[in-house]
Amino acid sequence: MNIQGRPTRPTQASPARRGSFTGNRALDMEEALIFETGRLDASGVDIEHPAPFASRLGGHARAGEIGLPGLTEPEAVRHYVRLSRNNYSIDAGLYPLGSCTMKHNPRLNEKMARLPGFCDVHPLQPISTVQGALELIDTLARKLLTMTGMSAVAMSPKAGAHGELCGMMAIKAAIAARGEEKTRNVVLVPDSAHGTNPASAALIGFSVRAVPAGADGVVSAQSVRAALGPDVAAIMLTNPNTCGLFERDIVGIADAMHEAGAYFYCDGANFNAVVGKTRPGDLGVDAMHINLHKTFSTPHGGGGPGAGPVVFSERLASFAPVPFVVSGGEALGLVEHAGDSRAFGRMSAFHGQMGMFVRALAFILSHGADGLRQASEDAVLAANYVRASLGDLMSAPFGERTCMHEVLFDDRWLKDSGLTTLDFAKAMIDEGYHPMTVYFPLVVHGAMLIEPTESESKASLDLFIMTLRDLAMSALAGERERFVDAPLDAPRRRLDETRAARQPILRWTKPAPA
Amino acid sequence: MRYLPLDASDRALMLARVGAADIDALFSDIPADKRLSALLDMPGSMSELEVERALTTMAARNVAAGSVPFFLGAGAYRHHIPASVDHLIQRSEFLTSYTPYQPEIAQGTLQALFEFQTQVAALTGMEVANASMYDGSTACAEAMLMAHRLTRRKKAVLSGGLHPQYSDVAATLAEMAGDEIVRMSLDVRASEDIGAEIDDSTSCVIVQTPDFFGNLRDLAPIAAAAHAKGALLVAVFTEAVSLGAVRSPGEMGADIVVGEGQSIGNALNFGGPYLGLFAAHLKHVRQMPGRLAGETLDADGRRSFVLTLSTREQHIRREKATSNICTNSGLCALAFSIHLTLLGEAGLRRLARVNHAHAVDLAERLGAIGGVSMLNETFFNEFTIRTPRNARALVEDLASRGVIGGLPVSRLAPDAGLDDLLVVAATELNSAADRAAYAAALAQCL
Repeated sequence: MNIQGRPTRPTQASPARRGSFTGNRALDMEEALIFETGRLDASGVDIEHPAPFASRLGGHARAGEIGLPGLTEPEAVRHYVRLSRNNYSIDAGLYPLGSCTMKHNPRLNEKMARLPGFCDVHPLQPISTVQGALELIDTLARKLLTMTGMSAVAMSPKAGAHGELCGMMAIKAAIAARGEEKTRNVVLVPDSAHGTNPASAALIGFSVRAVPAGADGVVSAQSVRAALGPDVAAIMLTNPNTCGLFERDIVGIADAMHEAGAYFYCDGANFNAVVGKTRPGDLGVDAMHINLHKTFSTPHGGGGPGAGPVVFSERLASFAPVPFVVSGGEALGLVEHAGDSRAFGRMSAFHGQMGMFVRALAFILSHGADGLRQASEDAVLAANYVRASLGDLMSAPFGERTCMHEVLFDDRWLKDSGLTTLDFAKAMIDEGYHPMTVYFPLVVHGAMLIEPTESESKASLDLFIMTLRDLAMSALAGERERFVDAPLDAPRRRLDETRAARQPILRWTKPAPA
Repeated sequence: MRYLPLDASDRALMLARVGAADIDALFSDIPADKRLSALLDMPGSMSELEVERALTTMAARNVAAGSVPFFLGAGAYRHHIPASVDHLIQRSEFLTSYTPYQPEIAQGTLQALFEFQTQVAALTGMEVANASMYDGSTACAEAMLMAHRLTRRKKAVLSGGLHPQYSDVAATLAEMAGDEIVRMSLDVRASEDIGAEIDDSTSCVIVQTPDFFGNLRDLAPIAAAAHAKGALLVAVFTEAVSLGAVRSPGEMGADIVVGEGQSIGNALNFGGPYLGLFAAHLKHVRQMPGRLAGETLDADGRRSFVLTLSTREQHIRREKATSNICTNSGLCALAFSIHLTLLGEAGLRRLARVNHAHAVDLAERLGAIGGVSMLNETFFNEFTIRTPRNARALVEDLASRGVIGGLPVSRLAPDAGLDDLLVVAATELNSAADRAAYAAALAQCL
């Protein structure tokens, strides 16, 4: 059990599964590890044997076995295809993970990212040979500034959390430039924030002070003012927030921060709800990262790579890290060293997630100003449609109010059923759906956060809604077996997470000879 | 718009169910004076064909590495990627899935990560590896922080053979966190005495091999010197293929091994996305950053894989987490793992041997040119030459003759007084004709 009563190991013995000789069930196939099937002398790559030469490795040559099994190409292809079939994916079905924005990944974007002029270019080639790459970065940067109404952008952060770190570093540098680095070391973070927010702030020595949200799920300017003091450097506020609500006091919060000499960092993970509807720069935001892998649909790839460019207000623009693209007459240039400028340093080697930039720009160009606004509107409409269609069965922590791109339910409605949020989520798997985000945000007990995105047709949304209604009625009718044993039909039943943590097996090891 | 399935009648029906008069009613929490009434100031939607035209035009303004004799490395390496790698990572189930938080329907990703972790551990000679970091440079900075946590000390000593941008990234983080950092001056010939810099307050020394200039370094004496003072050795590599030919950092006593995994399975991509590799001893695993896939059983007793030890991570531990990392380089890790599986031990060793052979041949050709001197005693597939000209101007001259000739050290270290040094790499992709063309062009430019 975790702190919210989320079970972390299976609780009941399951009904027997019908056995088969192979352990496979038709298309559901078991697959061994490469270490069990591969051979040290097998290879799926033919490589020339070089002519004799005199080694320059000195005394550094490797002796002994590394322990890397090889597979020939047909074996390798089959191995990974079989593995892939055990994954759910947005291509296969609605993937309503709240806060994760699992929207359609256009294949044009993949094709563009693979143009040799983008994917086969080295980051340190002479500048004269990479003008198109710099143009792409510059074009995307300008689009991000147009959408956000901000003054500068750091393109190099590699994901959302890296962007948060970048933004907080710029804030720290700005505070140091004012000579206040010793006294301003507190960052305000609401309890509903992504875990990355406090973690990013703490990495560079800020201490975190919680700000409570009101009973309506949003933070008030009043509660921010109450938490403010001369020791406060910044607030990190997600907007729309992790409860799927727009922080309607945001302008008052920004004013309060600025009056107190502090900065406003906005976690832009949910920017996809408001692109073309409002601009963070107009709301008083000083820094915000944009998850290109969420809002602009560069694929999630089973956990990355992402990209997290950070936009800055005029107050912070000069502290943005290197590198950045500059126009110098006819050609574009690249500033790679801070020199005498106020740039605070460097976030990573090279220039950022170029492959993601290409995909994001293809997405933005495809949508255009009209399509981007329509996408935000459709995403918000879809979430509210789900909200309005389930609200009579499932409890919402903040009542009937309108949500943005994601809708949040809690587990009060399950109280008498004896079932948990996890049971409900796992039963969705047997219905062919990926569960919503569960047990996040932490401020809501047994949270279920549903983000349908703009990519679903009405028919798809209707089937999803009918499925959840059917499950909900089943739960309320006491049909426990549909839940506590779920999933029954997935490639795996529930896993023993406690065992995984208590007796960690983090790599394959050769079994001892019998 | 081709990506948006809802049409006007759908939207009207949905608004009616919601009970909203119009779409703007759903955005009423945005302060009225902050709502955009007009469209964003950018062009309207474009067809697939139009987007393809626009981006292809941009791409054509770059010199693709594969179109010229190409000898640039310095932390990113151009290798052949088998066609099946790119095909497999574009499988919907890998490409369009999220972080495997629901393990029952994510065993594909989880088993692949478990295999990846095992491969990285084997390659680096360490006990345990995580499920990836953003890239080598950020993995290096995170290793520094992990060493600080393990030793409860706050001073890192960075070798002068470390990639200058890796040093910059670590220095930025250290400065922001208020930790001490000692950057040794650039060490072209691997002659520094880093052991002498280690004292009782040193948390770790960070040393790269093959180093930025291509030299192979023996880490064993550095590890011994560090351990004698209670400090840790963080070993760094930027060319993963080298581990098919040279001793692993684990064998030489490293405590944490980090590196760039791009060169196996991943394209140059103008610098990203890349793949941070991170390995350590099992006893230190609870201070590791990043995700870990582990083995367990499901309710039917079948072997299964799941993300584990997440009490180290930000979504559980928040400000007390070992790192803020969340999204990592999952798909790049998959590409790495598939390529390494295709290579296998035998293939990796052959690949490394060909790389070394090509570099040796290139070094001989370039070294034979009057005025050029070769600075390395040892190297794998990259080395440093001194030229009689400013290397930055020389590289531009070479580019105008259709050869990408390497990295002028001054590009990454403008104030080091090393304006005549050029770092040159050769891989299996350079043919003998390419190497001859380079030597001829270089001779003409001098």
